[in-house]
Amino acid sequence: MITLNHYLMLGSILFVIGLFGALAKKNAIAVLMGIELMLNAVNINLAAFNRFLNPDKVVGLVFAIFVIVVAAVEVAVGLAIAINLYRQRLNTNVDEADWLKW
Amino acid sequence: MIQYAWLVPLFPALAFPVIIFVTRRLKTLSALVGIGAIAASFALSLGILWETLTFGVTMEKPVEYALNWLALPGAKEWALKIEAGVLVDPLSAVMLLVVTLVALLVEIYSVGYMHGDPGFSVFFGYLSLFSASMLGLVLANNFFMMFFFWELVGLCSYLLIGFYFHKPEAARASLKAFVVNRVADFGFMLGFFYLFLMFKTFNFRELAEALPHAPHMGLLAVAATLIFAGPIGKSAQFPLHVWLPDAMEGPTPVSALIHAATMVAAGVYLLARAFVLFASIPEVSLLVAYVGGFTALFAATIALAQRDIKRILAYSTMSQLGYMIMAMGVGSMTAGMFHLTTHAIFKALLFLGAGSVIHALHEQDIFRMGGLAKDMKITTGTFVLGALALAGIPPLAGFWSKDEILLAAYSNGYMGLYILGTVVAFLTSFYMFRLIFVAFFGKRRAGLHGHESPKCMTVPLIILGGLTVVAGFIGAPFVPHGFSSWVYFGEPHHLEPNYFVMATSTLVAILGIYLAWLIYGKEVISPEDLAQRWRGIYTVLYNKYYVDEAYLWFFRRVVLGLAEAFHWHDRHVVDGIFDGVGDTVRWSGYRLRYLHSGSLPVYALVFFAAVVVFVLWVATPVIGGIR
Repeated sequence: MITLNHYLMLGSILFVIGLFGALAKKNAIAVLMGIELMLNAVNINLAAFNRFLNPDKVVGLVFAIFVIVVAAVEVAVGLAIAINLYRQRLNTNVDEADWLKW
Repeated sequence: MIQYAWLVPLFPALAFPVIIFVTRRLKTLSALVGIGAIAASFALSLGILWETLTFGVTMEKPVEYALNWLALPGAKEWALKIEAGVLVDPLSAVMLLVVTLVALLVEIYSVGYMHGDPGFSVFFGYLSLFSASMLGLVLANNFFMMFFFWELVGLCSYLLIGFYFHKPEAARASLKAFVVNRVADFGFMLGFFYLFLMFKTFNFRELAEALPHAPHMGLLAVAATLIFAGPIGKSAQFPLHVWLPDAMEGPTPVSALIHAATMVAAGVYLLARAFVLFASIPEVSLLVAYVGGFTALFAATIALAQRDIKRILAYSTMSQLGYMIMAMGVGSMTAGMFHLTTHAIFKALLFLGAGSVIHALHEQDIFRMGGLAKDMKITTGTFVLGALALAGIPPLAGFWSKDEILLAAYSNGYMGLYILGTVVAFLTSFYMFRLIFVAFFGKRRAGLHGHESPKCMTVPLIILGGLTVVAGFIGAPFVPHGFSSWVYFGEPHHLEPNYFVMATSTLVAILGIYLAWLIYGKEVISPEDLAQRWRGIYTVLYNKYYVDEAYLWFFRRVVLGLAEAFHWHDRHVVDGIFDGVGDTVRWSGYRLRYLHSGSLPVYALVFFAAVVVFVLWVATPVIGGIR
């Protein structure tokens, strides 16, 4: 039997992988990919909760659609920032973007 | 006319701005305005006194009218009521007459004395302001108003002592007078505020009615002692006497008016006004009597060794004020006020006479004068008359008033003070006649010739001389409705003459004159040899018992020392706290900025860590999460 826990486990594994990517990658695009992965892991959780706890209503799925929309918008903005970063320095290395340093 | 009593201070009060702003450059006109104003006040005061005597205004039934200067409503009655009011009774009527008379004569005299001085007009302005303030003080019907005018006369004293302001001694002396009086007035203020707290009023009559029902004797004694601080300062009693000799730096008419006849008498007048307070607390009365008696002796001994004619007279004033205060302390308000009246007359006479000498010789050291009797007959004659009165030779004024004081001490059982008073009488006549024999008779030292002063100066001398002869009789024992049946506390008393006291005081006075004649007139013992033989005592007396030096030491060590301590505290502790807080903030900022590494992944990690902490917190019911 595939229980709720399996889906939650999948969701958390994907989340952790995405977190690692967002925090530990040098390339700005890779960071964005990690963020996308985290958001989609959340979507999996939401869909699973919807299926196993409240199948008659679509609350969870609607929430998941909101998340997808936000993810899309945020990717657009993030890519714009990455492009500007590239134009400034000809590389997208997040470690070298240290202008917030004291 | 009593209903117009408020005009008496008003005339000179108006003269002051007129002189200062309008007639300043017109010297004669300024003098006329000043003299005119005080003459009007004098005439009005005569009328008031006449009405008081004929319409039976007594100490029990005075005439009082006031308007509310400041009245704050309280719960049941006025929370604070300060009146601007007038109280007319025989006491104030007599004082009004004394003040206006002496002020008028001094202003006439000043026309001659201050002739040629660039500040001639301003002098009359200040004299007018002073007269207005003093008259306001006399008429005041409550402590607050009296204190207001008390401070104003202190201000005028400052202005007039420092009249020759380009002289550093005069500037210092005027400041000294003001500061010493401030110390005294602080105590005075605390005292009558304290009375207000206890009785909810400043008014003299209301306080007199409320006092018999007074709850705590102890607190009342504190208030009375604090109030007494005012006369200690204003009437130059020990220990706040130090300003009076220095005040002689002012022009001599000022010394005559303010520091002999009127302002210094304000302290005695206050004691008379508040007599019910002092009479109800015997301990404070005893203190008053002893302070007065001690000062009388203290000042008389210093006067023995002084060379400056004005300083001798200043210490004499201090000593006589001691007599008046002692009289108040032994319970005879009548004797104190009577002596105040006679003293005002002959002391003003003596000072104006001294001014006449100074005006002629431009010299103040008596040992550089001599033989003035030949050239300045009127001055000498009136001066000797004044000195005889001061010494207490009958039938002159001073005899009757000094005798009343001695009698009061004797009959109220203050034997020590009676003996002290008699000793001081001896010293008084001795030092006065020392002055007279050295300055007016004998050979001319230093080759200085005197010339008689102009009429505007000698006429006041003659008038005062005449008054010295007759003024005593208003309070003499065999006069039926004299001073003591009008000005009194308790009941009007009719004096019985005590021939023993009269005889001893006269004898002692004559003895003083004789001894002075022996030493300074005939020079049986040379004064220089005397000073050498008793060099130690002479130096102590000449240096006024080193009181000024003691005060200076105290000021330098204690007051300035405390000021240094507070300054250190302010700079290091208080500022230290403020600067310290600022420094701490700056230091922590310096350390904390290293958190800004600039590394974006680290920032993201911090965000994530915060989210984790938050989720854990919300999930834990113990520390406030969802249950």
